[in-house]
Amino acid sequence: MNITNSKYEEALARYTKKIADAATEEMVLNMGPQHPSTHGVLRLELITDGEIVKEVIPHIGYLHRCFEKHAESLSYQQTIPFTDRMDYLASMNNSHIWVMGVEKMLGIDKDIPKRVEYIRVLVCELNRIASHLIAIGTYGIDIGAFTPFLWCFRDREHIMGMLEWASGSRMLYNYIWVGGLFYDLPVGFEERCREFVNYFKPKLDELNGLLTNNQIFIQRTANVGVLPLDVAINYGCSGPMLRGSGLKWDLRRIDGYSAYPEIDFEIPVGKGEMGTLGDCWDRYKVRIDEIEQSLRIIEQCLDRLQKELKRTPDFDPRALLPKKLTPKPQDYYVRGEGAKGELGFYFIHQKKKEYDKEGKERFLDTEIPFRVKSRGPSFCNLSVLPAISKGVMIADLISIIGSIDFVLGEVDR
Amino acid sequence: MSLEEIKTILIHKFGEGIIVGEEPEGLQPALLIDPDRIVEVCRELKDNPKAYFDFLSCLSGVDYGTGLNRFGVVYHLASIPYQTRLTLKISRENSRDENDLPSFPSISNVYHAADWHEREAYEMTGIFFEGHPDLRRLLLPDDWEGFPLRKDYTTVDKYYKGIKID
Repeated sequence: MNITNSKYEEALARYTKKIADAATEEMVLNMGPQHPSTHGVLRLELITDGEIVKEVIPHIGYLHRCFEKHAESLSYQQTIPFTDRMDYLASMNNSHIWVMGVEKMLGIDKDIPKRVEYIRVLVCELNRIASHLIAIGTYGIDIGAFTPFLWCFRDREHIMGMLEWASGSRMLYNYIWVGGLFYDLPVGFEERCREFVNYFKPKLDELNGLLTNNQIFIQRTANVGVLPLDVAINYGCSGPMLRGSGLKWDLRRIDGYSAYPEIDFEIPVGKGEMGTLGDCWDRYKVRIDEIEQSLRIIEQCLDRLQKELKRTPDFDPRALLPKKLTPKPQDYYVRGEGAKGELGFYFIHQKKKEYDKEGKERFLDTEIPFRVKSRGPSFCNLSVLPAISKGVMIADLISIIGSIDFVLGEVDR
Repeated sequence: MSLEEIKTILIHKFGEGIIVGEEPEGLQPALLIDPDRIVEVCRELKDNPKAYFDFLSCLSGVDYGTGLNRFGVVYHLASIPYQTRLTLKISRENSRDENDLPSFPSISNVYHAADWHEREAYEMTGIFFEGHPDLRRLLLPDDWEGFPLRKDYTTVDKYYKGIKID
């Protein structure tokens, strides 16, 4: 029997209109600031049409601690603990870059002993691995895989233990100082670090088998949240975010600061293996590959620290600490590769104006910067979120947020 | 690409008046640009195949001190293909009156990265950016009074929402 008749057409049109009318209703949905998958206190205001996200409006600032205002009233040395609290998952990298900038302004950056430079690179790379392990573990848990989270935290715990041994603190170290270090590495650190590297390498393969090549994980992340390269550059994305879109841009290589020019390592980039270039899986994979490269860097550092730069009884990492941190009046923008991308500090240093007893003005040397601006990598990486999450499903939005890997401590400062 | 070549490009395109000064000394030499034409300068530097500054590293709003009454914006640009860096500065005198904020053109149409940086500079130093698509507050609460990174900023109240300010 042929059901195509005018009565049927009429009914079908009525039905289609009903569905079409119903589907146009938009809803505002608040995600966060206490939502576990927003990785901190980020609030997203979503304008949704059913399951489809039409627009994302991020609201940040819940963790604003006036870093720049504090830095204007404290000396350069006193601000180092504050930089630790910016990207609190990779504190070593933050203080390293801050210290580099101050040393450059003082003009002592060429006098730092090689052993100090290698220890700095060593602890920074250990911290980078710890940060990436959190990124990977929590990304797994966002997607719904619980085991990788536990595995990553188990391995990160070894790094936390080692850094605690060196600096006395688990997360916020205050270990790298202007002109040197807080302490030399404890006796036996190099051996234990090498043990960790040997222990961790096979664990990385296990993680790859569990998560990276997991079909469910690939289905959730490949072809999702594609970030084209030109958009990434225009929004100021950096770090694994930019490299995930296929650009070899790593400031450790470009600027060649500290001991990095003497170290051999690759810069992993996204290749679009599982889907499109610049999707969530690519960004995730860049982090996995970076862990491998960080392990290579650590091994090379250990080789040198155990041979030609061996610990000597008279080596004092605090020998070169300047008595007064008073740079010349100048401004300087220092940048370096933090765990999340390009971390920069813009210093303006001026002489302090004071009035003597007769009311005459005079200019004095000061240890306090006139103005500090910090450029957090997460800040710029997060700003691209509204651009790449138009028209995605809400569940995919979670996947995109996880792949950006921001730390709100650094976004809000 | 040296600073001289960049100057040549800009003067060739926009005429002598575009560069109002220069800070050649120091670790990072800077060009002082005419504040009204910063958008054109940025677009030219970004699109010119010889300069190609496609990456905005940092944008900072600066209050140059109570004695000077001068406000400025500092741009740190980077070129990814040439691996070069450039600092641009614009500044303007202002009376510090809250109803007459210092105002500069927004470059967020050239670099989207400037969007959030300009919002931050607006609420922290009270610099208004003309042509910004969405100049709301970013980090501070909506009812915050004053601009905290201005040099004459003082906390007026002893309490903020029942919390004592030391």
